[in-house]
Amino acid sequence: MSTIETTAPPERAGAGAPAVAVTGLDKTFTTSDGPTQALKGIDLEVAAGEFVSLIGPSGCGKSTLLRIIADLERPTTGEVRVFGTSAPQARLDQAYGIAFQQAGLLGWRTVAANVELPLELHGVGRAARRARSTELLELVGLSDFAARFPDQLSGGMQQRVAIARALAERPRLLLMDEPFGALDEMTRERMQTELARISAETGAAVVFVTHSISEAAFLSDRVVVMSPRPGRITTTVTTGLGPVGERTDALREDPRFFEAVTAVREGLHAGSAGVAGTGGGSGGTGAAT
Amino acid sequence: MNVIARRILPPVLLGIVVLAAWQILVTALAIPQIVLPSPAAILAETLAYIPVLFSAALVTGWNALVGLVVGSLLGIGFALVAASIRVFDELTTPLVAALAVIPIVALAPVLYTMYGADVQSARQAVAGISVFVPVFLNTLRGLRQTRPVHRDLMRAYAATRWQAMRTVTLPTARPFIFTGLRIASSLSVIAALVAEYFGGPRGGLGTFITASVAGSDYARAWSYVLASIVLGLLFYLAALAVETLAVRHRPA
Repeated sequence: MSTIETTAPPERAGAGAPAVAVTGLDKTFTTSDGPTQALKGIDLEVAAGEFVSLIGPSGCGKSTLLRIIADLERPTTGEVRVFGTSAPQARLDQAYGIAFQQAGLLGWRTVAANVELPLELHGVGRAARRARSTELLELVGLSDFAARFPDQLSGGMQQRVAIARALAERPRLLLMDEPFGALDEMTRERMQTELARISAETGAAVVFVTHSISEAAFLSDRVVVMSPRPGRITTTVTTGLGPVGERTDALREDPRFFEAVTAVREGLHAGSAGVAGTGGGSGGTGAAT
Repeated sequence: MNVIARRILPPVLLGIVVLAAWQILVTALAIPQIVLPSPAAILAETLAYIPVLFSAALVTGWNALVGLVVGSLLGIGFALVAASIRVFDELTTPLVAALAVIPIVALAPVLYTMYGADVQSARQAVAGISVFVPVFLNTLRGLRQTRPVHRDLMRAYAATRWQAMRTVTLPTARPFIFTGLRIASSLSVIAALVAEYFGGPRGGLGTFITASVAGSDYARAWSYVLASIVLGLLFYLAALAVETLAVRHRPA
């Protein structure tokens, strides 16, 4: 069941399909206080190679949406397709790489062994694993730390190891759940620039959950703005800042960047204002049942 | 050099001072042997009886070792089952709680009648049962320490149950398992030794302690106690050594 092709061929069945296609998705959690609707009427499409951020206040369900795409949670209703296959199948096929807010490295393994973990689980030989981890550690600038243990690395370095691990099987989709959320601002900006470069170099589509407006604007082709209770998409902002791979620190002082930040901020505020104003009106999108 | 000076020398010095004070006190106050024998007398008995002490320690040590190995294997095994099968966990938790409050050595006389009074099995069983509880509880606790982010990762990688167990769950539990084993190591010696107080075949340290006391040979009884302490210490150090070897590759 879980024997997986480890080097994703550039073209395969469903290559023409979007990286992610979510239609009419609802998610209701059953809590002790009764059911809580976490997501309502979500429609989202992410093209192959596209960088899309999900932004919104806490509790808007952006992480839940990402976890549903990753098949770590099941939707209540609605459909999720990843490269044209169902989310569970995509998970079994290892169609995506994933990184969380916590680096989640295994403390008893070296940095290299952590990067090799998914390859090892999927039966890749020792030599091929070592070659791949060497390559990836070079990509994230940690070649000198291959033999170290995670405890010996700073938070930012650990997160870079986690990103290298997510890229190990050359996924065409990266799912990232606030990967820089626990880092200081300086490290964070450096990591963003690096991620922009890495995502362009690998050509993978990225779904990136964040609650930082500037982070979303800097990295994304499109920023999907969500609002809470129930979590839904209020606006989508196209940043129009050119190819993600060409975004450098100079962009942070570019007026076009400020425009994008403003657009995202206004989208967010309009969304949270809309909770009171159009609370009843949003019922129309919940027709997926 | 520095380590020896700072960490080993002070306790050794303290020990020598205490022993000297003990010796002076016993001689100066002419304390009778029945109350407290002098260190010199105990040392003399120990040196004179080294072969006997050694063979007695071997008997008790073997019982403790059998109990330790069997009890630990059962403890780890049951914990693995309890961690993966919920119903089993709910069934065993009250049983283990009950087992934990029973003074296990009190079972020794009962076990002697079960196994027959001339075999060591009863003592090994007592050691095994007393080892089982701390190993089981610590292992189970360790198996439940898996971090959610690691569980998510294993699911994202479509890892099998066995793979998740081997790569994440067991390594996470490892320090807890070794804590259990460390507690169990000295416990097994105590249990095997005290079980000898309740009868059964002669030959172990426990039987010699009771026999020496019954014969008013107090210095000799103390020399057996000394041998018991050494035996317990050996078990503890062995457990510690195994732990250090096993977790060597992990920085603290």
